[in-house]
Amino acid sequence: MMVISLGHYLAVAAILFTLGIFGIFLNRKNVIVILMSIELILLAVNINLVAFSTHLGDLVGQVFALVVLTVAAAEAAIGLAILAVYFRNRGSIEVEDVNLMKG
Amino acid sequence: MIVATLFFYLFAGICVASGFMVIAARNPVHSVLFLILAFVNAAGLFVIAGAEFLAMILIVVYVGAVAVLFLFVVMMLDVDFTQLRQGFLNYLPVGALVGIVFLVELLLVVATWALGLVLYTRYIYYFQAAGLVLLVAMIGAIVLTLRHKPNVRRQNIAEQNARTVKTAIEIRHVRPGDGI
Repeated sequence: MMVISLGHYLAVAAILFTLGIFGIFLNRKNVIVILMSIELILLAVNINLVAFSTHLGDLVGQVFALVVLTVAAAEAAIGLAILAVYFRNRGSIEVEDVNLMKG
Repeated sequence: MIVATLFFYLFAGICVASGFMVIAARNPVHSVLFLILAFVNAAGLFVIAGAEFLAMILIVVYVGAVAVLFLFVVMMLDVDFTQLRQGFLNYLPVGALVGIVFLVELLLVVATWALGLVLYTRYIYYFQAAGLVLLVAMIGAIVLTLRHKPNVRRQNIAEQNARTVKTAIEIRHVRPGDGI
């Protein structure tokens, strides 16, 4: 019988992280999905932190996971606010349209 | 132990599948809903790993705040979701039930004790920095999105407080038979 070990958690986190990276690069439609991909990446980071915290028997990992959670929430709020302002100015959230600052 | 293993594979599988659907779904609303599913299953993984408090926080913060924020913005920004208008009151009992269950669970979690012993003593600066990050994010979001429309009359409290009897009221003596 297989017992869940650290490697299982790391595999799940790695898959989620890769999915998030893919989401950032493959998505050509709108910016919201990119923000959600960033959330997926931070979730993978959190899974890693919690898995190592359990594996090592040290609660510091959970403290850091809490901090990462906070940063993720703040990032989502700021990102969505920027997105709302951008949509108000441009009327579109297409990824291809976000090239105004290209020199 | 076999139950924990089975649940691990269940949660991990659903988590990965819904993570894939987040980036694959055509409709952003579906993406947000799959993101919520991924977070709920990740919370299940946390429970299996022994981090019950973090699992509850994940549910409350992500599903309760961040995902709802995403849904809000998606519905507010994009214009081609006309088919997604459904009744809100139909889901109110279910939502209230889920909320109460989570509140009770959050109050019943006792494994928080050890985490609090570490978090509030050795890592108090990280805790405070997290609060500061949230404060800055809140101010930033408000500053970015607040907009004063020019034609709306607003309450000016400083001006109201600066009013005195002398500036507000003009007393004129009107003699009988004369107008002003």
